Amino acid sequence: MTKLSPKLTQKFAWGFAWTTGVIAVLVMLLIVGYVLVQGLPVINSDFLFSSPEGGLAGEGGIFSCIVSTLWLIVITMAILIPLGLGAAIYLAEYAPDNRFTHFIRYCVELLAGVPSIVFGLFGFAVFVLALHLNYSILAGALTLACLLLPFLVRSAEEAMKAVPYSQREAALALGATRWQATIHVVIPAALPGIVTGIILCVGGVVAESACLYVTMGGSAGMPTSLLSGGRTLAVHVFYLAMETNALDKAMATGAVLIVIIVIINLITRWFSHYLQARMKGETSHGI
Amino acid sequence: MEFKMQTRELEFYYGKVQALKKITLGIKEHQITALIGPSGCGKTTFLRLLNRMNDVVPDTHLIGEVLLDKQNIYAPQVDVVEVRKRVGMVFQQPNPFPKSIYANVAFGPRMLGLSDGTKLDEIVEKSLRAAALWDEVKDNLGKSGMVLSGGQQQRLCIARVLAVEPEVILMDEPCSALDPLSTLRIEDLMRELKTKYTIVIVTHNMQQAARVSEWAGFFLLGELVEYDKTSELFSRPKNKRTEDYITGRFG
Repeated sequence: MTKLSPKLTQKFAWGFAWTTGVIAVLVMLLIVGYVLVQGLPVINSDFLFSSPEGGLAGEGGIFSCIVSTLWLIVITMAILIPLGLGAAIYLAEYAPDNRFTHFIRYCVELLAGVPSIVFGLFGFAVFVLALHLNYSILAGALTLACLLLPFLVRSAEEAMKAVPYSQREAALALGATRWQATIHVVIPAALPGIVTGIILCVGGVVAESACLYVTMGGSAGMPTSLLSGGRTLAVHVFYLAMETNALDKAMATGAVLIVIIVIINLITRWFSHYLQARMKGETSHGI
Repeated sequence: MEFKMQTRELEFYYGKVQALKKITLGIKEHQITALIGPSGCGKTTFLRLLNRMNDVVPDTHLIGEVLLDKQNIYAPQVDVVEVRKRVGMVFQQPNPFPKSIYANVAFGPRMLGLSDGTKLDEIVEKSLRAAALWDEVKDNLGKSGMVLSGGQQQRLCIARVLAVEPEVILMDEPCSALDPLSTLRIEDLMRELKTKYTIVIVTHNMQQAARVSEWAGFFLLGELVEYDKTSELFSRPKNKRTEDYITGRFG
């Protein structure tokens, strides 16, 4: 067999890349499209603004689940972001390159690979039982913060390490302290990467079900405080699909979930643009 | 004339490798001192010791003294931030922050705690004028410093240093990434700046050293081989190795 000419190889390679790319996009569109097509017609104000009533037919709507989900996102992020960014700043900017920090990095990587239900068990044992938080939004948020922490630390650290060293040197040479260089030069430059990490973590909160079932419980009531239990949309989807025959409502809940993710994504990106523009001090005109 | 800066028996080590061997050298105020020598001779390492930029490089240590106005900048009670404020640095690659031109120049004063808008405006204009960049950017101060040309970026970096009002400016091959025209502009600028500042420049380019500097030091393998008036060093080198280098026999 004769060797293919470089030109022909190039054509095949391009065709292969194109086909796989199209397949990946189609599969994603198919899933999202299917859920939206099946779910959206079921959604009405009654469904959105009434709470689940149980029963084999999955009576009621999803209002308490939306509220629980939003609460969970806010509380988880309030715990996760300071911890994650703090650890990432330490690892990227301050940590010496020695065995101890190698060990920390190794642990972070290891934790990122542990299945979420194992974190759920940990949360159940520590937060729910030992700390007497019972099934609560707080217990769920703490558990999710543990689950997502390794991921956020890694993505934020990568983003900060991608900022050229010359930028830090420039800041230091101007009389900035290391902390000032981090806050005013490294973080603004790394912000897009950090925000992507945070968005993926929000997605993680919204998507998680098993580990929340054992820390937040499955109560469909409206949460009244951080210590009340709750059922997130994802847990509700699981419940509807397994315990009732209201598949249409499961799809509708799934559709709401997708819409919420898109909205949060847009808000976060807008906020990040706003923040970055402020940090850079750029304006479209002079000063 | 007084020495603005002085090093005494300065040695520097990367791990166990000795990068500088007992360098004793005085830098005269309001003059330009050029450090020349082949790659890896230690001239950049030496320059970075003058404002403690090597502090952050792990596993290094230093013996000897670096004096700024007769005070050792490596003495334990000395604040490194204060040293870097007094001894500014311009790097080889123009490295403006991905911020507006205004924010780039205002960065140093802001880090030192200045937040008064009118004062900042004044400093920004004064520094950009001193760096011969004002006329080119005055209508676009809100634009990103990254969209400027390489030569303009380097002048922006110089303006950024001037805004902190240093006494000494260290330049690490500031023109090596620039075209000949931009290089000449920076050299003109250096001649203007030396009336107010003391300048130390590391350069690969011997013509540049001859054009701009009053004093020149030739480094080789971590040693200061010869240090003299630039005119002397280039026309009547006393050391054979200096002569070999400047006549292009190696390096």
